[in-house]
Amino acid sequence: MEHQPPPFFNRGPAPLVRVTFFVSLAILLMVLDARFRYAENVRQVVALAAYPIQRVAMAPVDLFHSVANYFASTAALQEENTALRTKQLRAAPELLRLESLQEENRQLRRLLDAQERLPSKSVFAEILYAGRDPFSRKVVIDKGSTNGILAGQPVIDDVGVIGQVTRVYLLMSEVTLLSDKDQAIPLQVQRNGLRAVAYGGVEGGMLDLRFMAANADIRNGDTLVTSGIDGTYPPGLPVATVARIERDAAYAFAKISLTPTAGTDRYREVLVLSSEAKAPPPAEAEKPAQKPSRSKRPRKRE
Amino acid sequence: MELREQPQRILLPAKVSFIALTLALALLFNLLPWRNIAGVPDLTAAVLAFWCIHQPRRVGIGIAWTLGLLLDVGNGALLGQHALSYAVLAFLALAVHRRIHWFPLWQQALHLLLLLLLTQLLTLVIRIAAGAGFPGWIYFAGSFICAALWPVLSFLLLLPQRQAEMMDENRPI
Repeated sequence: MEHQPPPFFNRGPAPLVRVTFFVSLAILLMVLDARFRYAENVRQVVALAAYPIQRVAMAPVDLFHSVANYFASTAALQEENTALRTKQLRAAPELLRLESLQEENRQLRRLLDAQERLPSKSVFAEILYAGRDPFSRKVVIDKGSTNGILAGQPVIDDVGVIGQVTRVYLLMSEVTLLSDKDQAIPLQVQRNGLRAVAYGGVEGGMLDLRFMAANADIRNGDTLVTSGIDGTYPPGLPVATVARIERDAAYAFAKISLTPTAGTDRYREVLVLSSEAKAPPPAEAEKPAQKPSRSKRPRKRE
Repeated sequence: MELREQPQRILLPAKVSFIALTLALALLFNLLPWRNIAGVPDLTAAVLAFWCIHQPRRVGIGIAWTLGLLLDVGNGALLGQHALSYAVLAFLALAVHRRIHWFPLWQQALHLLLLLLLTQLLTLVIRIAAGAGFPGWIYFAGSFICAALWPVLSFLLLLPQRQAEMMDENRPI
């Protein structure tokens, strides 16, 4: 007959065994997530479980906003109304001209047998919260795969690009901001069409324009817009303005810092643009570019 | 367990529902929309360490790991990063839980500070290994705030266990 200790003394495996087990499990998950991106299914399931908690965590903020809205005085609203009316009136002739131009453009394109650009659809979304992860710059928006959001779609607000959807859940998506260290965006100087690529800056909230020759024609205050050659961002969206240029004769490249045009700390409303249908699938497009830098961690940016 | 209580008191057994409630509230605090403010205290870690120290049979490494996983997904961080550091935190808290009660509260807070700093350091090492940049020294401020909050936290979390069902001046419960 086996002697069993009373249940009070039965504490299961030793803490060291347990911690070893859970640490190995966590390391396995991390490797799967960071290296192979296999953990997305696990993430989807856990995200669904965490969703109610996140909504509850949002409640005090929503309450604050509604209270703040309630106390917004009518005077301020009237003022805003007048301003908007004036703005609309000023924009009306432009809009009329735009319509005729669009019609003309369509005709010309048809004439040239050019592939007609599809009008890009967009989804209106609201920023739920900014990620608390101090290592990356992300925000979470309230639309997910049920609303037709796909990973890789660009996100803009009323003044410019804020970033790109990098992970989609059922009811939410994560948007990586342009100022994230791993985020890159192809740009063009609006003044002279010079092309460049901006990366998330070393300083928080700024962008760096890397690999621009020291004698490149770029000045303080230049506006940079998306160039559209990546097939992800539509061309011509404002992205940033040049804040500072350091030209040092010792280096081949100039050090250029940009201030993003759009800011996520101001408004909560954003638009998720769907990429144009004719864009090539980025997974294939990225492959040849990755070959020279095998040693670097392959990143998936769909 | 609570040997440093001024009149030596025997605490009531902790309710599982209360433990779950406090952990859920701490998780909510962590998931509040902090707009990339560095140095926000990691309250989940502090409450977790508290329960690992005070109720080591109820709260342990498995619960810590699960909470960490929820936080990873909620924050959009690397999957398993908080899970790993919380599991290690729970292990360390379990390792010191027998002796930490012998110290006054502010010395307990120093113990906790060390544990939380180690946890944050672990997270930092993981993220830097995975290719992230250094977020600045302000990142560690959260641990100091949590350690400073430890006496308040201890008082609040032990409050329901101090409420005797029948008050009696001459009884230590």
